[in-house]
Amino acid sequence: MKFPPLRYLTPQSLDEAIALLEQHGADAKLLSGGQSLMPMLAFRLASCSILIDLKFVPGLDRITVTDRGVELGSRVRWRDIEHDVRLPTVQPLLSMAVKHIAHYAIRNRGTVGGSLAHGDPASELPALAVACGATIAIAGPNGRRSLPAEEFFLFPLITALEPNEVIVSLHFPPWPKARSFGFQEFSRRRGDFAMAGAIVFFDQDKDQNICSPHIGAFGIADTPLRLGEAEKFLLGNRAGSRIFEEAAAHGVRNVDVRADIHADSDYRRALLATLVNRALVEAAQRTSP
Amino acid sequence: MTSAPITVTINGARKTLNVSSRITLADALRDVARLTGTHVGCEHGVCGACTVIIDGLAVRSCLMLAVQAAGSEITTVEGLANKGEFSALQASFRKHHAVQCGFCTPGILTTMHALLREEPDADEERIRDVLSGNICRCTGYVQIVEAVMEARASYSRGSAA
Amino acid sequence: MTRSNAYIGSPLDRIEDLRLLAGAGTFVGDLKPDNLLYAVILRSPISHGRIRKIGTAAARSLQGVAAVITAAEIGEVPIIPVRQHGKPEGEPYRQPVIAGEKVRYVGEPVAVVIASEQCIAEDAAELIELEIDELPAVATHEIAARDQTLLFENTVTNLATTFYARMGDADMAFATAEYKRKEKFSVHRHTASPMETRGLLAEWNPELQRMVVSGATKVPFFNRNVVAEMLRLQPSQVDLIEVDVGGGFGARGEFYPEDFLIPFAARYVGGNVRWVEDRREHLMAMNHAREMYADLEIACRKDGTLVGVRGRIDIDLGAYVRTNGFTTPRNVVQFVSGPYLIPNIAIDAFSYLTSKTPTGTYRGPGRYEASFFCERLLDMAANDLGIDPAEFRLKNLIPEDQLPRPLATMAGLDRTWQTELDNGAYGVVMERCLKEFGWEEKKKLQGQLIDGRYHGIAVGNFVEGGAGGRFENARMTIEKGGTVTVAVGSTALGQGLQTILSQIAADALSMPIERIRLLHGSTTLVTQGFGSFHSRSTVMGGSAILLAAEALVALLRDKGASHFGCEPDQVSVSDGYVYYGTKSMEFSAFAGSEVERQFENRKLTYSYGSHTAHVAVDPGTGHVELLDYMTVDDVGRIINPATLHGQILGAIVQGLGSTFLEHLQYDENGQLLTGSLADYLLPTATDFPNIRGISLGLRPCPNNPLGAKGAGEGGLIAVGGVIGNAIAAALRSMSVEPRDLPLSPPQIWRLIQQAKASNHNPKMNEQS
Repeated sequence: MKFPPLRYLTPQSLDEAIALLEQHGADAKLLSGGQSLMPMLAFRLASCSILIDLKFVPGLDRITVTDRGVELGSRVRWRDIEHDVRLPTVQPLLSMAVKHIAHYAIRNRGTVGGSLAHGDPASELPALAVACGATIAIAGPNGRRSLPAEEFFLFPLITALEPNEVIVSLHFPPWPKARSFGFQEFSRRRGDFAMAGAIVFFDQDKDQNICSPHIGAFGIADTPLRLGEAEKFLLGNRAGSRIFEEAAAHGVRNVDVRADIHADSDYRRALLATLVNRALVEAAQRTSP
Repeated sequence: MTSAPITVTINGARKTLNVSSRITLADALRDVARLTGTHVGCEHGVCGACTVIIDGLAVRSCLMLAVQAAGSEITTVEGLANKGEFSALQASFRKHHAVQCGFCTPGILTTMHALLREEPDADEERIRDVLSGNICRCTGYVQIVEAVMEARASYSRGSAA
Repeated sequence: MTRSNAYIGSPLDRIEDLRLLAGAGTFVGDLKPDNLLYAVILRSPISHGRIRKIGTAAARSLQGVAAVITAAEIGEVPIIPVRQHGKPEGEPYRQPVIAGEKVRYVGEPVAVVIASEQCIAEDAAELIELEIDELPAVATHEIAARDQTLLFENTVTNLATTFYARMGDADMAFATAEYKRKEKFSVHRHTASPMETRGLLAEWNPELQRMVVSGATKVPFFNRNVVAEMLRLQPSQVDLIEVDVGGGFGARGEFYPEDFLIPFAARYVGGNVRWVEDRREHLMAMNHAREMYADLEIACRKDGTLVGVRGRIDIDLGAYVRTNGFTTPRNVVQFVSGPYLIPNIAIDAFSYLTSKTPTGTYRGPGRYEASFFCERLLDMAANDLGIDPAEFRLKNLIPEDQLPRPLATMAGLDRTWQTELDNGAYGVVMERCLKEFGWEEKKKLQGQLIDGRYHGIAVGNFVEGGAGGRFENARMTIEKGGTVTVAVGSTALGQGLQTILSQIAADALSMPIERIRLLHGSTTLVTQGFGSFHSRSTVMGGSAILLAAEALVALLRDKGASHFGCEPDQVSVSDGYVYYGTKSMEFSAFAGSEVERQFENRKLTYSYGSHTAHVAVDPGTGHVELLDYMTVDDVGRIINPATLHGQILGAIVQGLGSTFLEHLQYDENGQLLTGSLADYLLPTATDFPNIRGISLGLRPCPNNPLGAKGAGEGGLIAVGGVIGNAIAAALRSMSVEPRDLPLSPPQIWRLIQQAKASNHNPKMNEQS
């Protein structure tokens, strides 16, 4: 399992990276942490003859926290997220999710941009981006654009990123105080891709009724998604075990669940309902300061 | 095949390696630098046998091109001992019979060395969590965990870091 | 003897670790002689088909390619012989070393590319135009049994062989039984998957007409003779060299197609060729194991006394009968009774060829499967009869005074197929295990729902065969400096053999272990040897060392007597000296003294023991957490308690991997779906942290001078049955009965859903 013949290029700026993409077209792929791309190359499943390493492109490796939310540069590594002391308060779900991503050594190199571009429907970060309504900043030959995460992921391993574009950053909206949140993932072994996962958060009004419920699901369909029916179910209701169970059951009913060698769709759907319910119960007990 | 030289520091020594751009760091270490202690068990980043320490961090050398490592400081299993004396971690592995076939061992030693330098007080749960990225088929992991737990003392004293 | 037993029984640090922990081991992939060429094997992407064309022109013309070898270049394609447990009817189904006309599994070698770099060889392999006319896949044993599609057109059936295990009169026993229950079970396909994939370095010296092959293990002497014959060389022209080996577990070191192809390639190009298997090809090319389907019935008295077991077992052999022949099919029917006294047995086994990777032995071959079937049946019976599962087993274990006791007869086969359990205090060990586990305490949790999870406990027992293979040789030579070189035919697969055998040799010669130099495995070392399989290397190699040491001491006494002018029985030997009264001479004075002895044995050893498990089942996810796993075993005599402990713990986790995680899946077209370690799930450090083992030297084996029994497989054998039973016990309130492995979360969840559905409409057990 040796890599196919490759050229390795190291642009020094974003513009140069985009110019190289323009020049080489489909033969080229961007290399960030390489933790998803390299296995594909080893199996010769990815076809490219030129790797454009972003490591010398400045400004992509920062985590920025402002009152407008959290911005993760595309070359921010899982490790950087784990070690950032601000994130547990300003985006606590990110800190929870990152613990489930692969393993220690992979987290030392895997990056935000790499994960988004790879677009695995069982990955945590794409799911979190969709659940939180995050936006992805993209640079291309015609300048910059910004895309809601929900519109970015199209099919398994297929995204809205054009071949001549580079992911610059991922932006999470602000996280208010007193928000309730939960994260539940089930995989065969620790660090494996999720068989299903649920991300939930909601706020409560002064009457303790749920407002702005967000329920995200991953490892379940062609892309990460939000469970709109479950959200509708919760909206305006008081938190409680019965409403959580019903929301979970309703939420998974119309999801187009995929099957793979690890589990069929019946199991995955039921598993997702279990995890949504557990995440809601968890959320009811866990509120950010 | 066309090769280009890269300069790296391996186990404290500066080296120039001629590598073609498609060669993984693992293969460059083994076949070009002839440091065969780094093993290749799956070549797709799952087994962890090829783990080395680059600029202080444990990484999979099969998921990296050698050219990506240019300019970096690399520690392999061969660099853990000090003047031919086992490090505290290696000695603890021997004492606890944490080795059977020894194929996965180099990657486990480098991973645990990197971990304990950062987190000398890692508890059993943390050690197992990190160790779960390295597959050992022989031992069932119990003796490895025991060996790492005991070696922590020398890291917190700073003598092994 | 002044220092006897200083080393045996001591948890000595391993000699191997000095190099392995330093990263200074030498595995086959580490070998890089000058002018090395690299081999890559093109494998069939089709399960079953007829080869129409292998176009190699483009591959050959790629710069750096030295040769492309197909069946055409080989000429008369050799067929791999069966090493053990062969039968005449299995002969037509043996594997050619390369596919010429037909392919019969995904992964079968079709061509070998030799190039200056491995990546170039891989590039070239992609350029080979392989055209195959597809034939219907024979993806299951049921399809195979129909014989509509034959894998071998020169035969009339896909049924390779049958076995009939018989004891007593099963029909009579069942006709009069007070209780019986019939069940179907299955064990899934999985494999040994050592961390080092296979590899070979073949060095052909055209001037000397000699072949040296490194990377051999397990059975180098057999393999040497096979490859020599296939290459039409004398055995003396071929040497197989053992280097460090990254795990074997029964699968590595058998004679595979590559064991011919790589040496052939080296001679073809007139130089050195290395092949290191990648993980994907490992998962499709190395022996698979275990896939079988059982339809069994148990009978007992109302008081729980077992009276019989009968039924059939269908085995999916894969595409060819490989070197292990029918070891696994034989074992599974022979060992269904395990350590239990079951007076009447009638079990038939049918072994079918399918168009999937061929199978072979994997740690506890046939015994893991048999134990799963037997232990599940025992718990079902115990539950039906209202007897505690531990009591039920204690009642039915073979009492010590009834040992030795033959296992079921393999009907119509000669005595080499038969075996008997040697000795042991089965009940004593089981009671110890229950005590260590805390059975009485934990029993209170049985079936309880605590914090959303159901708790269950179970116990099971195993016997483990050891010391197969007729003989082993050991040679001892006194070197110039007075050290003793000990060479044995046993091979190391990562189990610490060098340390263990050095301990035995040092004690046998009463000398410091530092002055023993132990060599093993390579064909250059001793005249004849067997190797390591069937938990044999410590017992057989160790016993051979004892005999050689005895002979060396006798020789030194004779030589000492003539030097000192006394009688041999006045001379003593220890600590590297030969003594007569106050006079002494160092071993170095006797440099060159050499003896070689052979230990022969026709009787197997049977270590035995008990396993207990405590699980918690999450009905929402189907996840099973292992809260405690405890084994106690008796290995006769312990050489190194620390290496043994490692063997037991490692085996338990392999068994847990087999039971919960590992699964080689195929689709209906015979395509392997689990070709990476992301899909083939090996256990990791967070999966099963709570495992314990205690090993005893309670009843020394009567069949060898060492008193040791083969060990290292027992930790695995009972796992499937014990875990299945613990889950059944946890979910007793829903009448969930796991019958099919692996017990993955979706599988457990499905069983719970099915049980919930049928509990509305309860079905009667077949109970009389």
